Amino acid sequence: MADIAVPRAGTAVGAGGRASLHRLMQRKSTIAFLMALPLILVISLLVAYPAFYSIYLATLNKSMERFVGLGNFSFLFGRETFWLVVKQSCIFAITAVIFKALIGFVVAHFVHNIPAKGQRKWRGMLLVPWVIPPAMSTLAWLWLFDPSYSAFNWILAIFGIDPVPWTGNAHWARFAVILVNIWVGAPFFMIMYLAALKSVPEQLYEAAAIDGATWWQRIWYVTLPMMRNIIAITALFSLIVTFANFDIVRVLTAGGPLDYTHIFATWAFRVGIESGDIPLGASVSLFMVPILAVAAWFILRDINQRGNEA
Amino acid sequence: MAQVTLRKVVKMYDETPAVRGIDLDIADKEFIVLVGPSGCGKSTTLRMIAGLEEITGGEIAIGGDVVNDVPPKDRDIAMVFQNYALYPHMSVFENMSFGLRLKKVARDEIRRRVNDAARILDITELLERKPKQLSGGQRQRVAMGRAIVRDPKVFLFDEPLSNLDAKLRVQMRTEIKKVHQKVRTTTVYVTHDQIEAMTLADRVVVMNGGVIEQVGAPNDLYHTPQTKFVAGFIGSPAMNFIACRLEEAAGALRARLSDTLSLPVPASRTARYKPHVGKSSLLVGLRPEHIREEPRHPEPDLHLFEVMLDVTEPMGMETLVYFTIEGTEICGRVNPNAGAADGAKMRLAAELANMHLIDDSTGKVL
Repeated sequence: MADIAVPRAGTAVGAGGRASLHRLMQRKSTIAFLMALPLILVISLLVAYPAFYSIYLATLNKSMERFVGLGNFSFLFGRETFWLVVKQSCIFAITAVIFKALIGFVVAHFVHNIPAKGQRKWRGMLLVPWVIPPAMSTLAWLWLFDPSYSAFNWILAIFGIDPVPWTGNAHWARFAVILVNIWVGAPFFMIMYLAALKSVPEQLYEAAAIDGATWWQRIWYVTLPMMRNIIAITALFSLIVTFANFDIVRVLTAGGPLDYTHIFATWAFRVGIESGDIPLGASVSLFMVPILAVAAWFILRDINQRGNEA
Repeated sequence: MAQVTLRKVVKMYDETPAVRGIDLDIADKEFIVLVGPSGCGKSTTLRMIAGLEEITGGEIAIGGDVVNDVPPKDRDIAMVFQNYALYPHMSVFENMSFGLRLKKVARDEIRRRVNDAARILDITELLERKPKQLSGGQRQRVAMGRAIVRDPKVFLFDEPLSNLDAKLRVQMRTEIKKVHQKVRTTTVYVTHDQIEAMTLADRVVVMNGGVIEQVGAPNDLYHTPQTKFVAGFIGSPAMNFIACRLEEAAGALRARLSDTLSLPVPASRTARYKPHVGKSSLLVGLRPEHIREEPRHPEPDLHLFEVMLDVTEPMGMETLVYFTIEGTEICGRVNPNAGAADGAKMRLAAELANMHLIDDSTGKVL
């Protein structure tokens, strides 16, 4: 369809190269390409070039003088810390996305049921964690988690509970980074789910109510199937962003204690920039690609199938 | 047995009344149509019967039990919505069986009931499809099928045909009537289309401004409307209303429409209309079908008069003619061969046996 030439009187009798150039310019596909060109340039400059450059970097030795092929990767496979980071990245991303989705879903329902007048206010307030740059809000969390002077431990002390080493103990530190990630990311789910909820026709709920569905059955048989695509897309998008998260972990724990909160991006930074082995850092960050590609393939395949029904 | 009874039912939205105290008795197996212009409260009334709207005041009973505080699922009703409200992710079979599955009806029983309903509606071969793969008319049938399989006490239809094109609407109208003949269930049907109301209903309820104007069999509403609203709403093209003055001369009454035109009131109406002689707010109501061309042979109670036609609209089986009396545009229906032409003079005959006299100040037909 895009290749249909725009008919124009006179082009047929035009002479030589000028006429054919003219005809080429008249093609819809040419116009479409030219209009998309700025974006293509930006993407190739800011995405494609760094991506391929990092693949190139990953094949060099530490001083970036010698080609080592897959040497960096085989080195990584042999390191315990690498597998720790893989495990932590998965725990971090999956746990955070599940809770963000759950909390977003529940909060979206509450907001959806607030009368229209007050809804804007609530929507705005609930979006705040997502709007503040995470590096800044994480600083506030860092103070909250401080072992000796923080609000959390102070409150616990009131109830006679011993102070918790929020960022000092491996488990608590993992809990803390995931908690902050959920706090930052849940509003995004909330706003996406709220939009999806609003697009479910009211009459479907009425039909379900007459069919005898309880509150829970209405969510299970009407809301969730109707929101399936949005849930899948949001989860995928969030999974990618969470997997590639850097700022929260960097500010809150910097990967510690003892690398127990490192995820791909922070560890790549530690290895590549701080320890000066850029090719190894590039190899670490490249590991995110296949994992995310598999997730994307699964979820998008499901959307394609579902998309034909709605 | 499922009569539906409405007693002084009121619905307020904040301070605005949508339904202002209506009383209605719907008999078992009766097909009732609520009809009226937008905002007359007909849909709200239906939704109150369904339990989708709370009742502000009064009482609704289904099968003798007051259901004011009974949730929709426990009222044993089924509803067909204007936009069908089929679950898009479920197949036709799943859509139709959804209510039964929630009630944990046995699988064999579900299959049997869905197949029966599908056979009645002629959608057996569509059972595995998704709503998206169906045409508007087919979706409509599925929506009806979903209602039928539940075998409810009452069917509720909320403008079920207004999303269909004109041709399909006529077809589905007949279809609904046939289904009701096969599945005899008390039915409440809401529409704004008076033709739908007339063709489907055992009794029509005409609503306006949140109150019931008149309840009656379709022909009763057509021939003996009780209010000006009903007279104007039922029938298409609508009834002509012409301001008149009632005059008495030598024991007979005449309705004077203009200096040159006065219509003799049939003798049978004289006693009824006599008290209104000299009133200022009277209207003559005369349907277009009762203004026709001059007949070849004289007939009783026909008044002949000559007019200048403004516009003629040939419809094929008849021609609509428009002319003006004292600034009021009047429509008549004449034989297409009667020679009506734009701007031409024509002799017309008014069937005064079918006239109505209306007091415009009260809106009542006298």
